[in-house]
Amino acid sequence: MKKIDTEHLAALYAAIGEKYPLYLPVKQGAAVNFAPYTADAEVDLTQLKTVKSPKDLFFPQSEEMMRFEKKDGMWQIYDLAKEQNPFVLFGVRACDYKAFEVLDNVFLSDPKDTFYAHRREAAIIVTLACFSPKDTCFCNVFAIDAANPQGDIAAYLSGTCLYLQAQTEKGKALLDSLGNINGALCEADDTDETALGGIRQKAKAAFEQLPFASLDLSAFHGDMKETFADEKWEKLSQACLGCGACTFVCPTCQCFDIRDFKAKDGVIRFRCWDSCMYFDFTQMAGGNPRTTQTQRFRQRFMHKLVYYPKRYGGTYSCVGCGRCVEKCPQHLNIVKVIKEFSKGGKEEK
Amino acid sequence: MAQENLVPVVGMVTDIRTDTPDVKTFRVVSPDGKKPFEHLPGQCAMVSIPGAGECMFSITSSPTNKEYMEFSIKRCGCVTQAIHDLSAGDTITVRGPYGRPFPVEGEDFKGKNLLFIAGGIGLAPLRSVIDYVRAKRENYGEVTIIYGARSADDLVDIQEIENEWKKEKGFHVYLTVDRPQEGWTGHVGFVPAYVKELSVNANATAVLCGPPIMIKFTLAELLEEGFKKDRVYTTLEMRMKCGIGKCGRCNVGDKYVCKDGPVFRMDELDELPDEY
Repeated sequence: MKKIDTEHLAALYAAIGEKYPLYLPVKQGAAVNFAPYTADAEVDLTQLKTVKSPKDLFFPQSEEMMRFEKKDGMWQIYDLAKEQNPFVLFGVRACDYKAFEVLDNVFLSDPKDTFYAHRREAAIIVTLACFSPKDTCFCNVFAIDAANPQGDIAAYLSGTCLYLQAQTEKGKALLDSLGNINGALCEADDTDETALGGIRQKAKAAFEQLPFASLDLSAFHGDMKETFADEKWEKLSQACLGCGACTFVCPTCQCFDIRDFKAKDGVIRFRCWDSCMYFDFTQMAGGNPRTTQTQRFRQRFMHKLVYYPKRYGGTYSCVGCGRCVEKCPQHLNIVKVIKEFSKGGKEEK
Repeated sequence: MAQENLVPVVGMVTDIRTDTPDVKTFRVVSPDGKKPFEHLPGQCAMVSIPGAGECMFSITSSPTNKEYMEFSIKRCGCVTQAIHDLSAGDTITVRGPYGRPFPVEGEDFKGKNLLFIAGGIGLAPLRSVIDYVRAKRENYGEVTIIYGARSADDLVDIQEIENEWKKEKGFHVYLTVDRPQEGWTGHVGFVPAYVKELSVNANATAVLCGPPIMIKFTLAELLEEGFKKDRVYTTLEMRMKCGIGKCGRCNVGDKYVCKDGPVFRMDELDELPDEY
């Protein structure tokens, strides 16, 4: 394990940024989001949850896929997929890292989505451990150990030190390539390791004390059709505006739209994030199988808690980041859904 | 064709047949004159006019047709309107094939009697199976086709039905229209009622396609006649954007209609939430 004093972090970012394009949590106005590193970027490693998850580094909110141009009455087709050079994604929390695996199941299953796959392969991911979770965090419900994140390199911020542990060949190669950054990056010793071990243990206890730590998902393991037909969906969804904020901040939501626009040099076909919460998501010229917000609301949570796990070996399409808990203007969220269903049909006072 | 990047190939529309007031059938080949790609009966393709949009359609022609591909398309929205506005010689784009086909070489079909029941444009995906069976006639038993539409004018490609299907050995074709009309001397009534009237033999594999309401009542009729759900096939329609199980639009239960369907057996659909 290596360590660097936090006062030298700028030198660390610069050293990585010299070798690769670097993306990390940057303060922009009141919001912290993943953004490209620049010398004057206000990097904020203390922010637990960026507003948007880093999923758009792999699955951009909008991307151009191909261009069509008519020549002599015949359509010419140009693939706009670009070559992807290696890049570093720094400061990813354990929940968001797990969300990449959730997205992988969809985008990397046969046939592979090449746009996503190329970026995923090119990424070197430095995760960042969480030691003081927020009340809206519930990653431990999904067996995520936020104090010991996966990733090519795991980083731990404690006091005035950032510790870096390479966990894959890719991570080791990056860490070794940085040299000692004018003596700032050095080997951690046994005392550091012991101290860090203690902090991790304490963090673990903190996670277990969180308000949503003991959410019970067993209600979603039963008969799919029964859960679908449950009357609770009606009540749960009553206040839903269908704004889609939950799907946009969600690190695992992966639905997209494909559309065309007429540009100067032909027609560009692009894809962009979409939301199953929107009324026209399943609208066909000949009808719509989901005409009510209750049906759309149910689809979102059934997909995350029942359909997705059934399709992909029991993994849920939720990582407990809690962004939806913070962002829903109507205070609806997956936690309320899970709680309501775990009541087992009985009304609680 | 690389399915992964969703990039289509160019298709040339070489012939357009007007089947009904709102259905046209488009014959498509590659610019080199060959079939754009191979497919199996019941599979679909994404057809697009860049700028207007892209939609999923069942491939109407049989895979045994080695020269071209046909799509019977009903005009009912923006993209289908743009497609209907095409002229022979125009180019489109096409990608595929997508989805699970009818298991025409499986034990439910091979050597078995087959019952096809279709309503309106629902005949389009079944035509690929029917013409496949005609091309390999010796592999299949008796074939019964019950086909209904709103009016006699709405029966898709009536020429082929009258001139070829009705003359095929071992084929029994029954047509019906919803309401009486001048010049129509055939059966009048909805498809489910006609199925009941004909008291079809349950010793067959049934294939249904049509509006959801027709499917629902026809299936009830078939079960009444002694059909088992695991011998009744249908093909679903949902909105689709990618065709490869990623965009999320056609998700029903743990299935994606574009990838795990569109062909499903009724007992498989019983496992899924009632959403189609």
